[in-house]
Amino acid sequence: MNNNPLRKAFLFLVVAGAVGYGLGLGLDFLVAGNLNFSGSVASAFTLLFSFTAFFYGLYGYRGITRGLVWQVEGTLIGAFLITGIRAAMGATPIFGAFFFSEPAWVFGALSGVLSFIFGVGIMDDWIKWARGIDTPKYHEDEPGWEKYFSVSLDHKVIGIQYTVTALFLIAIGGTFALIFRTELAASQLQFLTTTFRLFNQTGPQLYNTLMSLHGILMIISILLGVSGIINYAVPFLVGAHDMAFPRMNAFAYWVAVPASVLMLMSLVLGGFDTGWTGYPPLSSRAPVGMQMFFLGVFTAGWSSILGALNVIATVLRMRAKGMTAMRLPIFVWAGIATSIIALTATQLIGLSFQLVMFQRLFGMGFFDATKGGNPVLFQHLFWFYSHPAVYVFVLPGLGIISELLPVFVRKPLFGYRWIAMSSLGIALVGFVVWAHHMFTSGMNEYLRVPFMYSTMLVAVPTGVKFFSWVATLWGGKIELPTPMLFVLGAIFIFLLGGITGPPNAMVAVDLHLHDTYWVVGHFHDTIFGGFVYPFFAAIYFWFPKATGRRMSELWGKVHFWLMTPSFLVLTFGMMFIGLRGMRRRIADYDVALGFDTTHLILTIAGYLIALSVLIFFINFFYSIKNGEKAEGNVWNSRSPEWLVPSPMHPHNYPVPFEVVGEPYDYGLPGSKYVEFAAVKGKKH
Amino acid sequence: MRHFVVVGILIILVSVLLYIGLDAAELLPVAASAQATPIDWMWNIQVIAMCILFAIIAVPMFYSLVVFRRRKGETGDGMHFEGNTSLEIAWSSIPLVIVVVFAYLGAVNLSDTLRRDPSATIIKVTGIQWSWKFEYPADPETGVVVISDELHLPVGKQVLLRMTSSDVIHSFWVPEFRVKQDLVPGRFTELTITPTLEGNYKVSCAELCGTSHYFMVKPVVISSQEEFEVWLAEQLIIAIDLGKTPEGQGQLLVSQNGCAACHSINGAVGIGPTWFGLFGSDVELTDGSTVIADEAFITESIRNPEAKIVAGFETQKMVQYTFTDEEIAAIVAYIKTLK
Repeated sequence: MNNNPLRKAFLFLVVAGAVGYGLGLGLDFLVAGNLNFSGSVASAFTLLFSFTAFFYGLYGYRGITRGLVWQVEGTLIGAFLITGIRAAMGATPIFGAFFFSEPAWVFGALSGVLSFIFGVGIMDDWIKWARGIDTPKYHEDEPGWEKYFSVSLDHKVIGIQYTVTALFLIAIGGTFALIFRTELAASQLQFLTTTFRLFNQTGPQLYNTLMSLHGILMIISILLGVSGIINYAVPFLVGAHDMAFPRMNAFAYWVAVPASVLMLMSLVLGGFDTGWTGYPPLSSRAPVGMQMFFLGVFTAGWSSILGALNVIATVLRMRAKGMTAMRLPIFVWAGIATSIIALTATQLIGLSFQLVMFQRLFGMGFFDATKGGNPVLFQHLFWFYSHPAVYVFVLPGLGIISELLPVFVRKPLFGYRWIAMSSLGIALVGFVVWAHHMFTSGMNEYLRVPFMYSTMLVAVPTGVKFFSWVATLWGGKIELPTPMLFVLGAIFIFLLGGITGPPNAMVAVDLHLHDTYWVVGHFHDTIFGGFVYPFFAAIYFWFPKATGRRMSELWGKVHFWLMTPSFLVLTFGMMFIGLRGMRRRIADYDVALGFDTTHLILTIAGYLIALSVLIFFINFFYSIKNGEKAEGNVWNSRSPEWLVPSPMHPHNYPVPFEVVGEPYDYGLPGSKYVEFAAVKGKKH
Repeated sequence: MRHFVVVGILIILVSVLLYIGLDAAELLPVAASAQATPIDWMWNIQVIAMCILFAIIAVPMFYSLVVFRRRKGETGDGMHFEGNTSLEIAWSSIPLVIVVVFAYLGAVNLSDTLRRDPSATIIKVTGIQWSWKFEYPADPETGVVVISDELHLPVGKQVLLRMTSSDVIHSFWVPEFRVKQDLVPGRFTELTITPTLEGNYKVSCAELCGTSHYFMVKPVVISSQEEFEVWLAEQLIIAIDLGKTPEGQGQLLVSQNGCAACHSINGAVGIGPTWFGLFGSDVELTDGSTVIADEAFITESIRNPEAKIVAGFETQKMVQYTFTDEEIAAIVAYIKTLK
């Protein structure tokens, strides 16, 4: 990337941020009558203006910039419209603590999301079709980096857009974690004190907001990362030239961008102190930021649902000749399993959040006990998605482990069919375990027992995976380049997450463990092992495919060896203090518990993880232009994408291939997985 | 074959050593309730299971990494075997049996912790942002109910906590008792506890309940029956004494309803405005105007906290209490005395 647009972009960011800050401060002054320098309105305008101007400086007024400008405009127009209607109806107060009243903010945010979708240009083709105008089947992308900032229909471009957006959100969510981890380094409130004020929040309120946002930003970044790898890899793994519905694919990505903006807006609009779980009645009393969070999740959910639909259609309909179910690359099986969950369960989190939104906006008493509602009902609806969601995160990760392991062990994947079926098994059992998050909630005492059975049952298919991986390693010729290190790290850490799971499933033991740092440690183990490590492995593995260059091996290994021990210290420490009485989600802890030293160590470990990820980021962006050239079969893989030059042709394979053997027959002389058709010259 | 023997021995060795290590680390706090006994027993079994599972996977994995690593200059692929159906059946069905057995044990274990004594003392617990309110059985002679923000219990006698919340969901947790139960607004949940070890503990809220969730911690005292009765009698006398004057009644209401979690009585800045020297003073509001903190203002602020917000406290919503007129008058009378 040329340096000039980037420099210009940062200049624009600063200038527009200052303008937005001044404007917000002025508007706030007009309504509230005092200058609130760290207040929400000034911050919201700063955020929106600087964000938009950054892309304007980078890229000009098109693609993402136009989307963001339209989002800002749409938000303001929608909010003023509702404000006007409320004023006409005589509703009071016309303006709220965050400049606009809550209904105006909600409607404005919704109209902002819709405006973004139109502004970015994703609807263009559909609008033309509706008006009877034909469009070309394929769109030519711009060469170079610019194609990543506007609508592209190429699944590989969309995959990279997803992945980079996920990395961006990981960076923000991780920064939030560092901020509250710093506060936790010692008992007592140090800087997030009760007299501290930022974004109309006191220190403990901001702590709660950051903790909540860390959760949801990481979850969304994981969902985007999952979509990124699946979008990037699945079509070329099955031999398709693109996804089944390329425009819907692009739509699914772009709708996640305004959703991310809403998430960040929630931080400055008073935040929300409920955690990402958003349990009412707490969430029906939180500031406007709560609504931004609900809307953000609701919007991001569309991305998940449509993306999943696309993956299933692609795998069902667009496989290469000879690619039968049992010859699919194992990662595709994982993609199918995860898509089944995302397609059918995501609606429930959207619904549960929508019900709370309506409770707040229209006074409907779904979860309000004083109006005959039931707060525990929300938890059932919420967890019906949010437990399967963790399988949406880990199944693709486990698929990456199974996919990469044979390449570096130089041996067939042990028990291919069993691994494939175990993914489906986990996905299906995952639908009937949700209430294990609610053992202390006040649900029927003995109804907890069937959920204990179903939860423990997940151990069986998960065990099959572990045993098969170990059997795959056995007797191989194991190589240890960076992607393989991350695969092994993933197995080890997911094992720790796995074995610390069953105690939570035992109802009586869980009564002690629930809502403690034990659960926090267990959860981070499963997600790092099940998603984060495989995600890094996949990036190191397919980076040469995407760019034609390799990421630095040395810095990749530094990343691994710095992150792994720090992470182990972090989660072991969390579990240990959790058992001894450390509650989750607290801004401060009792000094008498004696956790100060442990927390200090945890904070240091947290910073080391951040440092290792920073190294990864530098390696990533540096290698795009300066990495060692690698255009061939870098990892000596049998998979078809490595048999064509990197980066790949926009429609993947100039010549279609036929599957003639098993995917992972490493060590069988003369065997082949795919054969490219002999006839040349035919396109697509 | 040699490999399998070595790995087998290592698995046993690692699981045993791991268990010895974890056992010595004293992972759980001291157990202070009868309900903790079955839970700790089950936890210990879980630790054993964790050690074995860890060793079964991690040992062959690291063994392979050492033994089956590509040596320098070595070329070619690994052994070619694609799977083994009997092995797969074995390692799916054996865990399945273990899971069913464990879940059965878990169900029995759960019923052990729920076992109820019909003669248990009932204590009503209310969670309030951000305090606890414990109501002890009414004194049979005077009918006065002792209400405290501390939980005092006699050792060896089962109590049934009938719990509810006045605002959002809270969760009752004393780590030494092990058991945990949410408090849900609009309904009662129950928790059975039989204290077994005298001492001072703390009850904290385990379910995120807003700004000062971290702060929702109150003392729990387990003492002998005699000491408990002495304490209860003292509280009864205090309650009767204070109940004689309006400001005394106000003081009681304030301590029972967790007002001090936000409003200090010594001038310190809290989540809400301090009450020290409040009465009769000029108070600046968020809209820039000033009011005098008289009876009318304080009454309105309790009844409808959002009506007038004191400058500097706009970020926090106060809990909506349902006090009667007499109770509010008593609280105002108490605030008057804070100078």
